[in-house]
Amino acid sequence: MDDPVTTSDPSHAKAEQGSRIFEASRSFGITPEQYMLPAQQQIQMLDPEGALVPSDEQGTGPGHEYPIPEAEVLLKAYAALVAGRRINDQNYALVRQGRLAVYPSSHGQEACQVGAALCLEPGDWMFPTYRDTVSVISRGVDPLDVMVSFRGDWHCGYDPKEHRVGSMSTPLTTQLLHAVGVAHAAKLRGEDTVVLAMCGDGATSEGDFHEALNFAAVFEVPVVFFVQNNGYAISVPLSSQSVAPSLAHKAIGYGMAGEQVDGNDMVAVLATLRRAVHLARENSMPLLVEAVTYRMQAHTNADDETRYRDREEVEQWKRKDPLVRMQRYLTSEGILNDDAAAEITEAAEKVASSLRQAMTADPAENPLEIFDHVYAEPTAQLLAQRAQLDDELQRTATSEGTQR
Amino acid sequence: MSTATATSTATFASALNTAMSDAMEADESVVVFGEDVGTLGGVFRITDGLTKRFGTNRCFDTPLAESGIAGTAVGMAINGMRPVIEMQFDAFAYPALEQVFSHIAKMANRTRGRVRLPMVIRIPYGGGVGGVEHHCDSSEAYYAHTAGLKVFTPATVADAYLMLREAIDTEDPVVFFEPKKLYWSKADDDLSTLREAYESGTESSRLVGAQGQAVVVREGTDVSIISYGPSVSTAVKAAEAAAEDGISAEVLDMRSVVPFDEVALVRTVEKTGRAVVVAEAQGFVSVASEITARIQERCFHSLASPVLRVTGFDIPYPAPKLEEHHLPDVNRILDALDELQWED
Repeated sequence: MDDPVTTSDPSHAKAEQGSRIFEASRSFGITPEQYMLPAQQQIQMLDPEGALVPSDEQGTGPGHEYPIPEAEVLLKAYAALVAGRRINDQNYALVRQGRLAVYPSSHGQEACQVGAALCLEPGDWMFPTYRDTVSVISRGVDPLDVMVSFRGDWHCGYDPKEHRVGSMSTPLTTQLLHAVGVAHAAKLRGEDTVVLAMCGDGATSEGDFHEALNFAAVFEVPVVFFVQNNGYAISVPLSSQSVAPSLAHKAIGYGMAGEQVDGNDMVAVLATLRRAVHLARENSMPLLVEAVTYRMQAHTNADDETRYRDREEVEQWKRKDPLVRMQRYLTSEGILNDDAAAEITEAAEKVASSLRQAMTADPAENPLEIFDHVYAEPTAQLLAQRAQLDDELQRTATSEGTQR
Repeated sequence: MSTATATSTATFASALNTAMSDAMEADESVVVFGEDVGTLGGVFRITDGLTKRFGTNRCFDTPLAESGIAGTAVGMAINGMRPVIEMQFDAFAYPALEQVFSHIAKMANRTRGRVRLPMVIRIPYGGGVGGVEHHCDSSEAYYAHTAGLKVFTPATVADAYLMLREAIDTEDPVVFFEPKKLYWSKADDDLSTLREAYESGTESSRLVGAQGQAVVVREGTDVSIISYGPSVSTAVKAAEAAAEDGISAEVLDMRSVVPFDEVALVRTVEKTGRAVVVAEAQGFVSVASEITARIQERCFHSLASPVLRVTGFDIPYPAPKLEEHHLPDVNRILDALDELQWED
């Protein structure tokens, strides 16, 4: 007779032996729990002064090892940081001048923005949020195209398939599921595409965050969930969103590995994300990376940050500025010299200047195009409405012509 | 139920099942997933045998989360697949509505037509099966109201096969409403003949197209009864009963709410001069209201009578013991016909 205690029960079997997490943890000589839980402290490689943290104090350990990227990659990251900061501040100014409808700035979060783009291969995908303009630009999308929707237009400006970047939009965490689907389709075809799925701290409260992480873990697809914890969801602090030990701790509940990294440390962010992308690709499994950072400016220009946080807190984070830290580190290592720094600044100015010019020009949009893409072929009703608007526009043009 | 062979007597369910397996056979980017659709074959067995035949990469169970199912389908469609997803019941589809309304409906528009989502959301809907709360909603108006979605709902076995094949091949997202009370209905349709017609591209096998193709399922001269999905068979029965009273009623099956075939609608009402619109859903702010409004706008001078609607009451779907009082039936349609203005 079968002993009911020892009879295997597939319906309640713990996903352990033979699972990808089990195999991965065994390869590092640690338990699955040790692998899935974040390291004892945030991964940090540069201190707030930009000095290299001694390797035994970086927070790394078996299964949580993050090699420092090569000098060439670090220099590229620095150039993208400088350009990102310039883009953030230029766009912020353009909104104040009334040339942009809105801009959610990532000033202060540029290390996360750049890391997200630089950790991926050209064949990989990125699913950004509305605050990830700098990531999308760092991925190679033309800044002018990225800014189209913020200018007040009705479309996202760039071709998501050409750049392998999801369309930025405002619903929270819905795009994480799109990331899972893209990865799943690739996996079914035998492609090793990694997808980076981005969201903020507030968004981790949304139901789709849970569904996306669970689907990714169950489907065993290579998605790296990248949470930029910038402290606030508009005005609500993280403490009101979650009382988990950290957002990275949420990973273990889904059977995936989580890591927490200093989000204002360009070296650590890039090292952690590159390792996560590598592991996701090698093992076809998802990972969660939480970057602890800070939104230095208001949520958007329509927001008044003085109502929910004090100046001193902002000043404290100013001292951890990712740009300054990276510049000091690269200079002290001899990777960045004055000539290179000048070139990088000049390139960033060029981008800012092209943004100023483009956003000052009136967009030459055809209002009738709003009917053209709703369906592959417009319905009879849409064609009738298009004709109606066309007629209205022509009558307006005629009466304006008569008045002149 | 066999997935591969067709018999001369087919059910609505076997037509849908065969449509999916034929589409999967014809195009390897077609994938089917949802809750219980794999091993079990779906709670209504509409996906029966698909996993066995095509493997777990092509037809698979997902975790129990409708937004997850819809959102994952978006990503798969972005990345070259044609997902066919099943929502287990009408009212269980509501957790997916943000994905449906904010992304599935809008992705093509937002990307200027660069990213289209050729996906099908299958929803068993409507009542008449003694289902409990949350199992009998007629939710088509929510989807039809949202620009960017197509909304199909077949009323016959042959239409079930052909319209699902067409939905899967459509470049736009289609919400495919399956009247669950028709799942076990039978017809003398040879599915292999339908398959042949569809796959050889015969024009008559395309039942929706870009502009919709409502179909006159019963000819008449005195009044048009306009309906779709589960109510079409009720409308036909009412027309037959009316004939005994000397009223010649024409019955129009809209087949799709989006696209909306206004041409056929106008044609039948101009012909008969009277119209009764029949639908199971609550009448307030409904598809029936839209049909009525369009008749008024387009056919005013042909009308001999105000247009009437026969719909479900404006209540949450009632308990199984009471649903017979809620659903439009033959008698209620006959009452509406009586109420029309018949004298000049």
